[in-house]
Amino acid sequence: MTTATAQRQLPVVMAINEALRQLMQEDPNVFLAGEDVALYGSVFGFSRGLLDEFGPERVVDTPISEAALVGLGVGAAATGLRPIIDIMFMDFMGVAMDQIVNQAAKMRYMFGGKARLPLTIHTMAGAGLNLAAQHSQSLEAWFCHVPGLKVVMASGPYEAKGLIIAAVHDDSPVIVVNNKALLGLAGHVPEEMYEIPLGQAAVVRPGTNFTIIATGRMVQESLAAAEKLLEHGIDAEVIDPRSLVPLDTATLVESVRKTHRALVVHEAVRFGGFGAEIAAQLQELAFDYLDAPVGRVGAPFSPVPFSPALEAHYVPNADRIASEVLRLLGRAG
Amino acid sequence: MTPAPETLLDLHRRMLRIRLFEEEAGRLSEAGRIPGALHLYVGEEAVAAGVAAHLGPGDQVTSTHRGHGHLVAVGGDFRRMFAELFGRATGYCRGKGGSMHIADMDLGMLGANGIVGGGPPIAVGAAFSNKYRKTQNVTACFFGDGASNEGSFHEAANMAGLYRLPLIFVCENNGFGEFTRQDRHQAIRDIADRAAGYGFPGVVVDGMDVIAVYEAAGEAIARARRGEGPTLLECKTYRFYDHVGVRGMGVVYRSDDEVRAWRERDPITLLERRLAELGILDAAGAAAVRDQVQAEVREAVAFAESSPFPDPSALTEDVYAS
Ligand SMILES: Cc1ncc(C[n+]2csc(CCOP(=O)(O)OP(=O)(O)O)c2C)c(N)n1
Repeated sequence: MTTATAQRQLPVVMAINEALRQLMQEDPNVFLAGEDVALYGSVFGFSRGLLDEFGPERVVDTPISEAALVGLGVGAAATGLRPIIDIMFMDFMGVAMDQIVNQAAKMRYMFGGKARLPLTIHTMAGAGLNLAAQHSQSLEAWFCHVPGLKVVMASGPYEAKGLIIAAVHDDSPVIVVNNKALLGLAGHVPEEMYEIPLGQAAVVRPGTNFTIIATGRMVQESLAAAEKLLEHGIDAEVIDPRSLVPLDTATLVESVRKTHRALVVHEAVRFGGFGAEIAAQLQELAFDYLDAPVGRVGAPFSPVPFSPALEAHYVPNADRIASEVLRLLGRAG
Repeated sequence: MTPAPETLLDLHRRMLRIRLFEEEAGRLSEAGRIPGALHLYVGEEAVAAGVAAHLGPGDQVTSTHRGHGHLVAVGGDFRRMFAELFGRATGYCRGKGGSMHIADMDLGMLGANGIVGGGPPIAVGAAFSNKYRKTQNVTACFFGDGASNEGSFHEAANMAGLYRLPLIFVCENNGFGEFTRQDRHQAIRDIADRAAGYGFPGVVVDGMDVIAVYEAAGEAIARARRGEGPTLLECKTYRFYDHVGVRGMGVVYRSDDEVRAWRERDPITLLERRLAELGILDAAGAAAVRDQVQAEVREAVAFAESSPFPDPSALTEDVYAS
């Protein structure tokens, strides 16, 4: 048997499921609460089987009450438990914004370091499924702007498992963002428990003459773009920060020192997006190494449209990423 | 007292229009011809029809993710509705909203809503506006048993009671919030009880009996128009299809027997039986209405499917008023 076939493949949805199971087996203080996560196993299926294994006190179906749901997590975390709170769609975090931004993010600081908040908020972001403007958003930049929160985004099954485990082990509030369009994506996932340390980027495709920094689902699109770019003689390096807060700027700077050019890609709206932060940091930390301004690819400045005819133009894809790279290199895209 | 024959026929027609629109939408969705998620209203028609029969020009409705029925009930245009479900440029929202955001400002339908609990605060605003502008108009706020757990509902109810707004809260209690049965998401049985906490009446009505809904809604709306403030009308109903789409997939959360028992109280069959007893409409007459509405559905689907998709340039249009 070759190592490739020996490697166990799991889709993202099962990677999350396995991570949750192992976390709950490991620590009796870990519980999962959310809308339809217990009996139904979540509308996305990632918590199937957990109710049977851990019972209704640890896998909790809640009313449709996002503010109280996040508050449940804040209060429970402050008093010694390790809650995993599921907000079904990232869009619904709007309903719970006070508990996230004004309570969870600030409690430790305001109390002079006297509170510990091992709270994980798990949610699904992303467009592409024709769910329109209230079920498709990528709102990570909102949370990156709030000191006190950590924010991670998974780009595949390996990351989905390792990031949620690191988040639950962390003693601060962490927002774990998965992408609903990636749930079926399969890849290698080790069986044992492992953490992806928060603040450690991954070079997912080493390359020599261009750096693409991508988050979430855009990592997959950027890998496809890198293949297209090979035909143009461009060997692009693709980096997945995995954790946006804290951000591993060292890995990004090191790459730019080597390639001298960078493009940041995310699915969220480009204006005011997280890509602006990365571009600014590279400009500050690696100005002498840059041969061109850092480029950015993101969604247009509009809500997510419903019609497939419009949504297809909304979400960035490999073609757009590749042509932006060519444009930055002064070549016809 | 039984409503006048023309009222009964109007209620029947409104319900049939919802039913046939929805069943066709369900078929199209199952066949993969409609993109995105479809939340069907089939089974709950008596609620929208019984309330909408009292609404007229200038009145408003706030709706839910299960919003087609509300729009059809207030006179929504099948062509523009189907075109929206298909994501075409001729749709109600020019293809930008889809099933979950379908709206018609001209009819006072302030939108289906992808956010559970998104509607009640907006209904408060519309009712406030009616009072402010001294219009005598009312706002009907539809929401589910699940939505009644959101803070937004409670905050809206408190304000509506406080300002005695011309508003009726219509709870469509179909027994489930998604896949969670009511007794597993709230400790009370009658959501109408919640009205007491906000200083206005709560009324429970059989949501499968369109005449009962019509009469109770009539009283509540008349009260609102008289300036006596809101009412919470809880209609006990049931959805015949799954939470999303037509047939349930995977985890079973209710039994076939339960669905069958509720289907025996199909609101359209119940009314047709009554109409026949009263000698107002016989089986042949009912079939004729059905054929007429069905023809309208077919024509609308053909219109929608032959309509163009929006041009990509529309993507960033209408983000702001120009
Ligand atoms: C704020 C928010 N939370 C969760 C959801 C997901 N969701 C969509 S419909 C639904 C159930 C709503 O139940 P209910 O209000 O009873 O309406 P019904 O579907 O029964 O008509 C849920 C939880 C949502 N759309 N918005």
